Amino acid sequence: MVDVLEPQTAAHDDHGHDEHHGPSGIMNWLTSTDHKVIGLNYTVTSIIMLVIGGAFAMLIRAQLTTPNGSVVTLAQYNELFTMHGSVMIYLFAGPFAFGGLANYMVPIQIGAPDMAFPRLNALSYWLYLTGSITMLLGFAVAGGAANFGWVGYAPLSDALNAPGAGADLWIGALLLTGFSAIFTGVNLVATIFYLRAPGMTMFRMPIFTWNMLVTGILILLAFPVLTAGLVMLYADRHFGTHIYDANHGGVPILWQNIFWFWGHPEVYILALPFFGMVTEIIPVFSRKPLFGYKGMVFATIAIAALSTGVWAHHMFTTGTVLLPFFSFMTYLISIPTGIKFFNWIGSMWGGQIRFTAAMLFAIGFLITFLIGGITGIILASPPLDFFTHDTYFVVAHFHSVVMALVIGAMAGLYYWFPKITGRFLNERIGKAQFWFLFLGSTIFTMPGYLLGLKGMPRRMAVYTLHPEWQHLNTLSSVGAWMIGFSTILFVINAVKTTRSPKTAGPNPWDAHTLEWFTTSPPPHHNFYALPNIRSERPTWDYYHPDAPALTHDDHDPSHMPNAAKGATK
Amino acid sequence: MKTEARLLIGLGVFVLIMGIVYGIWSKELSGTVMLIGTGILGIFPGLYYRYWSKRMAGRPEDTDAPVDAGAGFIGSFPGSSIWPFVLGMGCWLMVLALVFGSWLAVIALPTITFALAGATAEGRRGGAASH
Ligand code: HEM
Ligand SMILES: [Cu+2]
Repeated sequence: MVDVLEPQTAAHDDHGHDEHHGPSGIMNWLTSTDHKVIGLNYTVTSIIMLVIGGAFAMLIRAQLTTPNGSVVTLAQYNELFTMHGSVMIYLFAGPFAFGGLANYMVPIQIGAPDMAFPRLNALSYWLYLTGSITMLLGFAVAGGAANFGWVGYAPLSDALNAPGAGADLWIGALLLTGFSAIFTGVNLVATIFYLRAPGMTMFRMPIFTWNMLVTGILILLAFPVLTAGLVMLYADRHFGTHIYDANHGGVPILWQNIFWFWGHPEVYILALPFFGMVTEIIPVFSRKPLFGYKGMVFATIAIAALSTGVWAHHMFTTGTVLLPFFSFMTYLISIPTGIKFFNWIGSMWGGQIRFTAAMLFAIGFLITFLIGGITGIILASPPLDFFTHDTYFVVAHFHSVVMALVIGAMAGLYYWFPKITGRFLNERIGKAQFWFLFLGSTIFTMPGYLLGLKGMPRRMAVYTLHPEWQHLNTLSSVGAWMIGFSTILFVINAVKTTRSPKTAGPNPWDAHTLEWFTTSPPPHHNFYALPNIRSERPTWDYYHPDAPALTHDDHDPSHMPNAAKGATK
Repeated sequence: MKTEARLLIGLGVFVLIMGIVYGIWSKELSGTVMLIGTGILGIFPGLYYRYWSKRMAGRPEDTDAPVDAGAGFIGSFPGSSIWPFVLGMGCWLMVLALVFGSWLAVIALPTITFALAGATAEGRRGGAASH
């Protein structure tokens, strides 16, 4: 590591190209162990998965636009919602967050040259890619893709009810992507524990990195449980065991316990990275330091801790769970989440807000996630859940949450795109995309809440007996197509940008964290130089020596960045 | 290293206590086992970090060290390697063997062995492309 104290310049960049080595083209794609290349591979692959899963969603909504739709058959509909949910959760949301942007940004944010285990990191990607192909192969085999929902409940997933190869491909895909996630978790934790730059204490790490650390730990706690559950499911299907088989003394509800013991932490494995992204974006575009840094960190840890004890709120209606325990624990999670919202608003309060596309998406994330959170509180109450379980109220609730994640993903992409490519995404297209995505998400989910209260069940291809549900369903479909259109805008923008000039420079947003200290894109092994790190805003401190971040624990003037700077020069 | 240890032990102890309360209250086995197991999974590595944090001097990343305190060798980072790809393909074939028949394992297992051997040899050499 080098010890000069200069921001990165174009002159350095030339040097970077000389230093670039290793194979290029397809061989580079196959053999690279650079976290930036792997992170980009992840990002692009997961966005393709978002488009595929989104296409399934468009078909679903087309089918539901009329009470007796004939877009797909009833059997195809079962495959569609299963694969839509599976692709979105297993192949888009998680990999995008912890394999894509985190892989790219975490090492740079802490001043590291790469992930701790670069070859393991590459293996993660190959397991993810092959897992994705395996899942989609389901459509190509006799009997079709898996059709028992993304949760694979026993006994729907047993050999009798799901005899085809599609179900085994689904299990195989989850084994591959599960190990991929575990390896990424190992890498994130080891990198953050061992490869931080001098001065980068734990409580100076960017909040995005903190969130990825906690996400990594959650992955390590949760995913092995799912993998074990899947192995037992496979054994039941092929090796004659009866673990989930009630007819032979097995316990079907065990699958639900195992699945949700992974499944609820997974909700936070998906959400925490996006919390982290907006926590980076909001202060930068409000020209303020983050409000409540330590509160943010402790809220993240508290969310992770509590998330391991709430799984059976997905099982209230089974009649086998301790209702008060799970209801109470679920309510507790709203406290740290509330702290986060308070701090996000506090970070904007009184700031000079710049409404860039990234900032708009970040605010859209807050609003949409808040709606999902509030309806989640309704569902956490067993009497209310008994009434709404397995209706469109639930579908609308978790789509408020996951659409917030998609909006958050866009916030991250618009924010970091200049860092990754040196080019800005077009802001005008970005803002148009934002309004279509944000309003589309609202128009798509709101009718769902009402339909759920009227009693429309989920996973149903026709509602012939209830033609009066059609208006709300049509409205919901219009929202869905607005979301689809917004995705097209994004693809156009990304493709168009590949021809625009590289004007970003190292620090276009006047941002806070280390990734904005190096060149855009960063060189091999990330840095030619690092600043002294004396606060959670090292890049800001460097560019604004007279307006240093007075941090929570740093009131000693000799620790001020400008003093430190004078000392090293 | 202290903060790292506290984080893991804190999480582990919390989940462990939750598991005990849950077990006594619900008398439901699977959740109790998973919670207690998860708690231990946090405490174990946490104790390991604590052990080391007591025995080693403060690392530059845990203090107000100047940035050149990190100069020198920090690890070897292979620039590129074909083995993760080969290993990934082997694992994929192995999973496909679960679906389409064990004959695929005849290709999968040698591929995995070959890749592991290749990766190990590359690691021993310090990695052909590493620096
Ligand atoms: C383009 C926007 C989207 C639309 C229009 C959409 C639409 C739908 C609809 C209508 C259903 C219910 C199907 C039924 O129960 O019959 C559904 C289910 C589901 N969606 Fe989405 N969705 C979208 C995006 C997402 C995203 C981004 C995720 C996750 C990251 C997601 C995850 C799921 C899951 C897990 C299910 C449950 C599948 C099951 O019941 O097994 N969706 N979606
Ligand atoms: Cu949950």
